[in-house]
Amino acid sequence: MRRVFFGTCLFLVAFLAAASCSDELRFYLRSEPKTFNPALVADDSSETVRYLTGGVLLRLNRQSQNLQPELAQAWTVSRDGRTITFTLRKNVRFSDGTPFSALDVKYTMEQLMDPALHSPTGDAFRSSSGRMIVTVLGPDKVAITFPAPVAGLAALFDQVAIVSSQSARHEMASLGPFYIAEHKPGSYVYLRRNPNYWKHDVSGRQLPYLDSIKLEIQSNRDIEFLRFTRNEIHLINSMDADYFDRLALSAPAKVRDAGPSLDSEQMWFNQVPTAPIPAYKREWFRSRSFRLAISSGISRDDLCKVVFKGHATPARGPVSPANKFWFNARLQPVPLDTKRALQLLEQDGFRLSSGKLYDRAGHPVEFSIVTNAGNRAREAMATMIQQDLRAAGITVNVVTLDFPSLIQRISKSFDYEAALLGLVNDELDPNAQMNVWLSSSEEHQWNPQQSAPATPWEAEIDQLMRAQASSMQDATRKKYYDRVQKIVADEAPFIYLVNKNALTGITPTVQGARPVPLRPQTFWNIEYLKLADERAGSGN
Amino acid sequence: MKAIRLAATVLIVVIAMASVLGSLLPVFDYARQDRERINAGVSAAHWLGTDDLGRDRLSRLLHGTQVSLLLAPAAAALSMLLALVIGAASGLIGGFAERSSKLIIDLFLSIPWLFLLLIVRAMLPLNTSPALSAVVTFLMLGALGWAAPARILQARASRLRHAPFILLARAAGISRCRLVFHHVLPNLRPVLLAQFWISVPVFILAEANLSLLGLGVAEPLPSLGSLLRELESALSLGSDVCRFAALMVLILVVSSLQIAVPQQEAC
Amino acid sequence: MERSERGAGDVWKSVLRRVVLAAMTVLAGGLISATLVRYAPGFGSDERQLDARLSSASLAAIRDANASERRILPYYAGYIARALHGDLGISRSLNRPIQQILAERLSITSLLAVKALLVAWLAALSLVFAAGVLRLPALSLSSSIGSGVLLCIPAGALALLSVLLNAPGYLALAVVLFPKLNRYLSNLTAATVSMPHVLAARAKGLSETQILVWHVIPVIKGEVLALAGVSVGLAISAAIPVEALCGIPGIGQLAWQSALARDLPLLINLSMLVIAGVTLANSGADLLSADRGQAA
Repeated sequence: MRRVFFGTCLFLVAFLAAASCSDELRFYLRSEPKTFNPALVADDSSETVRYLTGGVLLRLNRQSQNLQPELAQAWTVSRDGRTITFTLRKNVRFSDGTPFSALDVKYTMEQLMDPALHSPTGDAFRSSSGRMIVTVLGPDKVAITFPAPVAGLAALFDQVAIVSSQSARHEMASLGPFYIAEHKPGSYVYLRRNPNYWKHDVSGRQLPYLDSIKLEIQSNRDIEFLRFTRNEIHLINSMDADYFDRLALSAPAKVRDAGPSLDSEQMWFNQVPTAPIPAYKREWFRSRSFRLAISSGISRDDLCKVVFKGHATPARGPVSPANKFWFNARLQPVPLDTKRALQLLEQDGFRLSSGKLYDRAGHPVEFSIVTNAGNRAREAMATMIQQDLRAAGITVNVVTLDFPSLIQRISKSFDYEAALLGLVNDELDPNAQMNVWLSSSEEHQWNPQQSAPATPWEAEIDQLMRAQASSMQDATRKKYYDRVQKIVADEAPFIYLVNKNALTGITPTVQGARPVPLRPQTFWNIEYLKLADERAGSGN
Repeated sequence: MKAIRLAATVLIVVIAMASVLGSLLPVFDYARQDRERINAGVSAAHWLGTDDLGRDRLSRLLHGTQVSLLLAPAAAALSMLLALVIGAASGLIGGFAERSSKLIIDLFLSIPWLFLLLIVRAMLPLNTSPALSAVVTFLMLGALGWAAPARILQARASRLRHAPFILLARAAGISRCRLVFHHVLPNLRPVLLAQFWISVPVFILAEANLSLLGLGVAEPLPSLGSLLRELESALSLGSDVCRFAALMVLILVVSSLQIAVPQQEAC
Repeated sequence: MERSERGAGDVWKSVLRRVVLAAMTVLAGGLISATLVRYAPGFGSDERQLDARLSSASLAAIRDANASERRILPYYAGYIARALHGDLGISRSLNRPIQQILAERLSITSLLAVKALLVAWLAALSLVFAAGVLRLPALSLSSSIGSGVLLCIPAGALALLSVLLNAPGYLALAVVLFPKLNRYLSNLTAATVSMPHVLAARAKGLSETQILVWHVIPVIKGEVLALAGVSVGLAISAAIPVEALCGIPGIGQLAWQSALARDLPLLINLSMLVIAGVTLANSGADLLSADRGQAA
């Protein structure tokens, strides 16, 4: 009896030891994934799950920023930019054993482009009305034809996770390195390695190296930080600068600054003609000199130094330097120059009197900046802008709002004066920003849905954006988009402030991590990540 | 015990005086950002160091204490008054008034008032001054915080209704006013005091949380609550002790308030 | 005296009246909550509206997603009709049947609240009794200061501390509840121990425990029961920040998330659930207090 007892104990100990040593990567999702249907992914958490489980035809290499073949061994885009033909990899199976073929690509694309589905991924392919046609040319060859040319067509397939047309598990059958094994709503998503994953390393070993990934759902960043410092989770994809600096002092091996990210922080003034704001304020906001003066009155260097502890660079324009190809290097950041700001304001009839600025009609210059509550960096930026502009005699009121209220104000009621928000940028191609720049679009934040462009420069941007979208030559497109960036810098409808660096946390037990500024910063090469023995690395 | 009570009273007076007098001095500028000295430690220029934006912690603490200590007790008094009017009065009257006020209290305790606060924020102009925003926030807190004590006051008042000494007083023909002020109110005092003592810190903290909805004390004006929000960050762990100054002041105020006001003399 | 002459029929009538009133309270509360959500800013807003990839048709579809919820009275009536048939609707933000979501989370929060209430009540009662029996000014002073300290700690800091100390979530909730209960209880007993009948009992040489059990508790039981009822409501409302900050997947966290998402179907259900819980607890306390009155 005693022997049986000891035997059981030994087995248990061995089992537990094995469990703790198994290659399970752990990190946090900051919210519950809203969907596991890859076509409907819109939020960060669902995107993370899609990246880890979805098999794509082409993948944008997050380091080189070039496209690389995945499920498609080769691809060609027709001269007119309407058709893309893929040659598919053979003998590939979904995680549940169902074979992969051109029919699955056809099924996926048809699902994605179903107008009733309203898929963000699908909408990115929609350049004009009309139907897309998918032609299966053989079990491993498929051609997709769009009704109009789609600029940067191939890169859009980075987001298209192929779904099985035959599997009973539908989108839960995966072609990516992992599949969803368990989901406990509100708690975690558990991913296991896909036993049928097609990729092998140079030595012929099947990838991924990791056995499983536990994605716990935790929105509290302080708890994330605390658990990371105790090695209870392995990765933090994006860390606030304060936390980064704290760790850089106590455990420098755990943090890495991957350089400027694609994201930018920006502010803009409400120029909507029907907005419920006083007419004289609208007049200020529509004045180029006023916007440029505000831009000159803000110290971007201080924002970088104080709020981001040096882990940010003053923004120059709409495109971050992290976007290697599309960035317009000729643009320069606007330095703090209160004198220039006041000169620009004087041109418009503003005058400074006993430390306060008044417009031509004698109204004191005061406006509010709305931003989303709970984002400490943004709140601090707004407070610094408030202080900077006080030097020019301008009173700024900072209003933090919860996100739904903020969205309602900036995109429905237009009851706001200035907004400070960050633009999360996932895609490199300017086409992804089409709706931001077209004056007729709803996303043209400073003055959306214009029936005709309100200003000549907005008309020119419309023209340039359409021209770049219909051109198939990257060099020509770049020329057009450089001009768009220049106009935006000159007219300052968006006042770009900073480009944050991608600050990441990776415990030294994770091997093979090479963090990059592009999402997903720490695990873009998930197949190649390995875990060393945790006990060896727990000393950090 | 009396000495401790005296000491507590003196402490509250000292803190209140310091915050009021300190806020009047121009040397304590709560908004000035010394961007070369962010998160600095104690120095001759900054006796309690500086915060994330290089602002003098002591100046912010003095102003913040003034804002919060002026408004939170006022809001607590408002909620006490409402609890008294709705809870205690209905308990004393009994019958339908008591039953219906119970329903109202139950409803009040469980309705998501967050949305009312959002509606209030939407109705306030965006350029509302930080001071007015602070007043509105504490007013809302006072107006919404009465339900829980009202339930307890009601239970006590309901018991008093049948208490022999009240019946005797009534039989003796004491005026209603005298009955309420001399016999009923002193008996409700322990519940009211408990409520007041709980409400002050709860409202101070709640004000800071309301900044998530765009209410609360707006930047750059500090409040004790907004200073305490710093402690909600993991960075406070093992950091400069100056970060905890606001917490110390709040604890001192709350504890002193509790010690300074006796409960035993009631009844 | 009146009450003791009532028959069992009267008791049932009283219970029935309470049930009907409670049901009406829940219905009215649901409607008030729904109206507040409907008219709060941000209703109908969706983060996806800022997604630059979406076409105007998709944006229009997102805007129209809650068109049926805009006319709140017909929507609420429809909801009640469906709920009577066992269909609580679909959550807009989580895209799942609400019944399923509540089933997953209700037990977590119930257990959390029950444990927290037990711990907080036990701690508060034992401290108050100890202070009453031992009559040590130092004990009541330190309990005052202790609960003062706990009241002053922001919920976010408390959540961090609980993670740091690996403390279970219910302790964090108990720490929020304890100072409030402790303060009410100690104020109530402190006021009672100086009442004439207690002084007379003490003069007769009764022990402090006897005084507490025979002469203090019976006097304040009505208030204590009311506090017990109220404390359930306090626990439920405190569960929202505690669960949201500590990452506990219960009803409180769900309430916070659905409030941020302005998820009307889910919020109506949650409000009604909370109102039912609070009403039940308070009515229970009332009934107990009435029964005790009867027994006395």
